[in-house]
Amino acid sequence: MLRVIIRRLFWFIPVFFLVTGITFLTMHALPGGPFDSDKTPPALVAQMEATFGLRQPVYRQYFTWLSNVVQLEFGPSLASRGKPVASFLLPGLAVSAQLGGMALLLALLIGLPAGVIAALMHGGWLDRVAMLVAILGVSVPSIVLGPVLYWFFGLYLGWLPVATWAGLSEGIGPYLSHAILPAITLGAGLSAIVARLTRASLLQVLHEDYVRTAHAKGLSARVVMVRHALRNSLIPVVTYLGPLAAAVLTGSLIVEQIFAIPGMGRYFVTSISNRDYPMVMAVVVIYAMIIVFFNLMVDILYVFLDPRIQDAQ
Amino acid sequence: MPSKVPTPSPAIQIQTRPTRTLWQDAWRRLVRDPLVIICLLYLLALLVIAFAPSLFAPLPYEQASFSDKLATPGTVAGAEKLGGHQYWLGADRLGRDILSRLLYGTRVSMAVALMGAGISFLIGIAYGLIAGFSSAKVDNVMMRFVDVVYAYPALILIILLQVFLTALGQQEITTAPPWQQAVITLDRSSGGLFFVFLAIGAVNWLNMARLTRGQVLHYRQQEFVQAARTVGATRWKIMWRHLLPNVIGPCIVAETLAIPSYIYTEAFLSFIGLGVQPPIPSWGSMISDGYGALRAAPHVIFFPALALSLTMLAFNFLGDALRDALDPNLRNR
Repeated sequence: MLRVIIRRLFWFIPVFFLVTGITFLTMHALPGGPFDSDKTPPALVAQMEATFGLRQPVYRQYFTWLSNVVQLEFGPSLASRGKPVASFLLPGLAVSAQLGGMALLLALLIGLPAGVIAALMHGGWLDRVAMLVAILGVSVPSIVLGPVLYWFFGLYLGWLPVATWAGLSEGIGPYLSHAILPAITLGAGLSAIVARLTRASLLQVLHEDYVRTAHAKGLSARVVMVRHALRNSLIPVVTYLGPLAAAVLTGSLIVEQIFAIPGMGRYFVTSISNRDYPMVMAVVVIYAMIIVFFNLMVDILYVFLDPRIQDAQ
Repeated sequence: MPSKVPTPSPAIQIQTRPTRTLWQDAWRRLVRDPLVIICLLYLLALLVIAFAPSLFAPLPYEQASFSDKLATPGTVAGAEKLGGHQYWLGADRLGRDILSRLLYGTRVSMAVALMGAGISFLIGIAYGLIAGFSSAKVDNVMMRFVDVVYAYPALILIILLQVFLTALGQQEITTAPPWQQAVITLDRSSGGLFFVFLAIGAVNWLNMARLTRGQVLHYRQQEFVQAARTVGATRWKIMWRHLLPNVIGPCIVAETLAIPSYIYTEAFLSFIGLGVQPPIPSWGSMISDGYGALRAAPHVIFFPALALSLTMLAFNFLGDALRDALDPNLRNR
């Protein structure tokens, strides 16, 4: 188990250099700079660029940035005249993480049972209804579902607040009422994907020889389901956790914009268009780390679900 | 050695049904479902509209009439120059006919669907075939490269590429270096879409490469490949004639199921303002416009949202049906 984790963590090193290197180069290759505007006199721009070290060669800037990052120092935001990047990103990350966590929870809580029930009732009406809902869920993207929910529950019925956000400090009631629409928007499509995956995988496993053997041994249907079928059918679903995390990150960008949530997503596009180099790099590093973390979780869960994988290594 | 096998007398006609190839068989099972026919017809209609939207659209997509802004569906145009034109689906916040923009918007979605699929299909399958059929060393290097690019967050890659390429496109064409001039010309001649294709294709061939390579590894050990090698077929011939036909089925299914994500990526990029440049309509930018007018006129967002969802649904449904139709376990049933 430890070897798997260590191998994964070593794998992060080339990925880190590639991701940050390409982003750094691309950002600096973009025409325009962080202080370009019609009003600022050129002398002042030059002075500010010198202050923030932007006049050095790009590779020197990259190494400066690297040596700062290993000390967990992400530098000043250039768009806001030097306030630390972390002071923007950490509160945003906290909000985004709550939203993403709720969406993931929703995806698993709805998707897994729906997939299992559909597979058990294979061919029945419950299966058909579940799969119809699931294919609709896969096909209605968040840029459609978000505005529809926003309009119907927020404007037409007026049941839920929209375009604002309440932290946990304002009480659990307001917190949930603000979070529920964005969480559904983000989680609905994911739960549909999880349901489809679970169903397909469980259907396949139910036809395996070892399931028939388990039945023939006289094990109860419950034990066969839980210990033999379900556990093995979860492997493809777990594999999907990595892409799922990426999908939550992508989706949160849109959902945060639609529901005006102060998350991390908004810094994403603005920092690139502002040429706010330290901000872009910090966002990229955070995103890459989240995805690497989820891939690590996938590897660990694999070993837990299928001991053969560890033997093979 | 006397043969025990009876030779059939010429008088006996052996009755066989005509052989059907896998593809004929799959097609037969595919079109048995009326829902599949509906999906196919719908997508075909979108393609026809995408090729000649001007034949179907009542107005040019950029025709704005401020007196009719946010007109509800069915309103007759107030402006004199439009001569009693009726807004069947209403007008947006600049007074542009939503139906016309919707029809022109099919161009973008269909182009992204076809080009995105084409690019990732060609690159991914070629890469996967070569990696899977090469020596273990070459395979290892090629797939580690895929792994590293895969670890790059796709969203960041697409947005960075899109910002980078858009910034290129806004440069003065005469002062740019030659390779940039070529790219800019390509982009302008494709109506600002080229960069969206490039960004989508650059990200999505990875899945196809992995899928193809995994299957090639499975098939290359099998007897028919060894047999082909024994009779002296070249490597290219084995790849082209023996491996490709075997791996292409699952690839087509995966690609069909990936098309909705291409269409969505374009809509997503247009929604955050990095997609097709205005005033060219795309469903994503129309949804973005409609979202801005959600309080005053909820109908503006309705039709592009419906069109986007229906099209994604049709491709998803078709992909599911194709997968079932190509499933060898269900053959001849």
